[in-house]
Amino acid sequence: MKNTIAERIQDFLKQFPPFDILKKEELLSVSGQIRVLYVEKGDYIFKQDTSCHNEFYIVREGAVGLYRGVDNDESLVDVCDAGDLFGLRIIIIKKNYRMSAKADEESIVYAIPAKVFEPFIQENKEVNRFLMETFAAHARNYYTETEKGQRIDNTISIEVAKDISELRSISYRKKPVTCSLDDSVKDVAKKMTKKKVGYVVIVDQNKYPVGIITDEDIRAKVATGLFSLESVVTKIMVSRVFTYSKKLTTVEAQIALIKHGISHLCITKDGTRNSKLIGILSEHDLLVSFGKNPSVLIKEIKRVKKIQRLRYIRKQVEKLLKSYLEQDIPTIHLLNIISEINEALVARIVELSLKEINSEPPIRFSFMVLGSQGRREQLLLTDQDNALVFEDVPEEKYETAQNYFLELANKITKGLHTIGYKYCPAEMMASNPRWCMSVSKWENQFKSWMTTPTEEGTLLSSIFFDFQYVYGDSLLVEKLADVVFEGVNKSNRFLGLLGVSALQKPSPLGFFKQFLVEQNGEHKDTFDIKTRAMMVLIDAARILTLYHNLKGVNSTLKRYEKLAELEPKNAAVFDGCAKAFRVLVKFRTRQGLLQKDSGRFIKLNTLSKKDKLRLKRCFRPIRDIQELLRVRFQLKSLM
Amino acid sequence: MQLWSKNNKNYPDFWKEYLSLFDKRKQKVSQKEIRFVAFDTETTGFDFEEDRVLSIGAVAIKNNSIAVADQLEVYLTQEVFNEDTVEIHGIRKNGEFTKVSEKEALQLFLEYIRNAILIAHHAGFDVQMINKALQRNGLGKLKNKILDTSVLFKNSKHLVYRDPGRSYTLDELCKDLKISQSDRHTASGDAFITALAFLKIVSKLNRDKKIQEIGDLFILK
Repeated sequence: MKNTIAERIQDFLKQFPPFDILKKEELLSVSGQIRVLYVEKGDYIFKQDTSCHNEFYIVREGAVGLYRGVDNDESLVDVCDAGDLFGLRIIIIKKNYRMSAKADEESIVYAIPAKVFEPFIQENKEVNRFLMETFAAHARNYYTETEKGQRIDNTISIEVAKDISELRSISYRKKPVTCSLDDSVKDVAKKMTKKKVGYVVIVDQNKYPVGIITDEDIRAKVATGLFSLESVVTKIMVSRVFTYSKKLTTVEAQIALIKHGISHLCITKDGTRNSKLIGILSEHDLLVSFGKNPSVLIKEIKRVKKIQRLRYIRKQVEKLLKSYLEQDIPTIHLLNIISEINEALVARIVELSLKEINSEPPIRFSFMVLGSQGRREQLLLTDQDNALVFEDVPEEKYETAQNYFLELANKITKGLHTIGYKYCPAEMMASNPRWCMSVSKWENQFKSWMTTPTEEGTLLSSIFFDFQYVYGDSLLVEKLADVVFEGVNKSNRFLGLLGVSALQKPSPLGFFKQFLVEQNGEHKDTFDIKTRAMMVLIDAARILTLYHNLKGVNSTLKRYEKLAELEPKNAAVFDGCAKAFRVLVKFRTRQGLLQKDSGRFIKLNTLSKKDKLRLKRCFRPIRDIQELLRVRFQLKSLM
Repeated sequence: MQLWSKNNKNYPDFWKEYLSLFDKRKQKVSQKEIRFVAFDTETTGFDFEEDRVLSIGAVAIKNNSIAVADQLEVYLTQEVFNEDTVEIHGIRKNGEFTKVSEKEALQLFLEYIRNAILIAHHAGFDVQMINKALQRNGLGKLKNKILDTSVLFKNSKHLVYRDPGRSYTLDELCKDLKISQSDRHTASGDAFITALAFLKIVSKLNRDKKIQEIGDLFILK
């Protein structure tokens, strides 16, 4: 019989994973079994430590916060909005909730009975995987938050700082600490202390794992006097050893740890207990590697078939960023990792758009990102700035070619919008015919900006000259770079004009060294960190790179690094600028995560006295570099 | 007494079954278990004598949530057919849905609603439409308690904004309560919207301490 209500619910669900994987009639039958809940701000859907409901939830409208802690001591772990799942515990372990779900605003939530959905989880691997990941992501938040400062300690950030590739290494330890069956507790405790580990695996003569001892066992069984120091380890070991092969994914590992309530997994050669122990994976190792592994994210991005799913990944990236900031990872690594991921996201969207358009591009093209993304300095999602360049074609074929790429660009910008990049209000996007052109048209455009500088041209060039190839034929983009550098003549008026615009940026501090805040408008009384501080540093770096013909050095930090090499006498100024820029990036990102926006407008009252001082210290290099520009290009005469 | 037994004999089983549900001696259910049914009818017009019910959509509310599995959607075969209203509802005579006779539809409806508290927007109209149909089939009136979302909504508004003489349309309700208006003018779509509106209004009345228990809803005018 017809069921209009179920059909509407289905229309909603099918937009989101894992429901998008189900067949139409399957989803309709699920939709017909749903409960629709209306909750007001502050209403609980479930509370921490209560037994879990026989259903899980998806937000239809509004926002539901997941909280850890009870009553007055609640802290927000995650916010779910339309399309996000929560309360998945019933599907995985059926134990008490570890978090509370509370409406952050008035919301409509669909409750999906676990029984109805379980068959699909069993039959469909993809559904299963998605639910596991979502569950794990929430659980992960839970752990990282509770154990912050304890288990996720500083060693990680040192490791990361040492070498980014560390992040890509597999997460289990290859040389587990072991002992034999007849060792005494004392021997083992000594060994653990010496190797600084919290566990020892007991192995037999074949090196098969037979038991495990952790700090906890020694505390509970030996320190309490239950067993003597001379007892053999087999007396106190836990012989329930969980073994897995090294193919174990991080998600599977995490679920296994939670499910069995243990802290260590043994990795054996073939995954069974009757095989040689080759490694150990602790909860701690897992947390370190888990979700903090950009290469995993990038692999995942390349596999994704739906843009909605990319949106989900993009949200993960934000969490990654947050944890990096907490660990105080050096800005330059931060920028590198996040840019890699961002570019992979954009490239994937181009690929998916090409698929959707369903016809091969008639000629070679290249998609590039501009502005902050072009400089690989974008940590938080801002507006999208991008452009497209295609191979030269005969005049009569130009319109057809451009139309094809405009259609493609439309799909791309729409896709970017879906995953969270807002449309650029100034339409600096490849979907605008002005920024979707052939190589020679681009060349002419660049040349005209440089030879007959206008205010608009100067402004546009400061965005367009920071471009980064993302997809397609990289040679086309290189051609454009050549044009820019050929066009810049050291005595050129153009550089001077760029310099003037860098000097005309409003200054950060007033006469009495107080922060200058915005006087009116939407952002009244906030400090515009972008225009008043970062832009000058960015512009100056670009101008001086052009001046020195430094091709292919696109990021502000790298630019200052190179400039310091080229002009040793000004190295101190450039180093100062780089340092200031690193601090400003972090300020802005923290603020952005806090305010859930681009972080550009800083509410000064949210900063501590110490932070304000740190911020002010960044302004000195700004003054220095402005002075340097003024002298170099004799800007007084131009201003 | 004779009259009663005579009537009793002529009534179909489903009607007798329906009446028995309202037996006062049966024990009361707890607040949580009370079943509400939000429903809407699409009709050929607004004349209680001339016009007929085209379709009935209904969905149950239990324990503060809408149970999508507990719903009814029936389409009726027509003798009276009014060309003008087809535009609004999109239900054509002998159209694409399986249809049942008026009597069958009433049976399905009564078996579905049982003794639930009925909710409708401008409930007077829908209830009267159903009652007329029951009458045509030799049956009595609906026995269920009835709530009208237009009345409840008026009471949920702040005194300052309340206009006692005013009657709110379902569209106005949707706008005010921020309910998406997809599937307006299908019986099921409107029933679902009415159910959502009911949840939102009750929540608001509760918060403003205008009601303490479900019984209070019936006092609101």
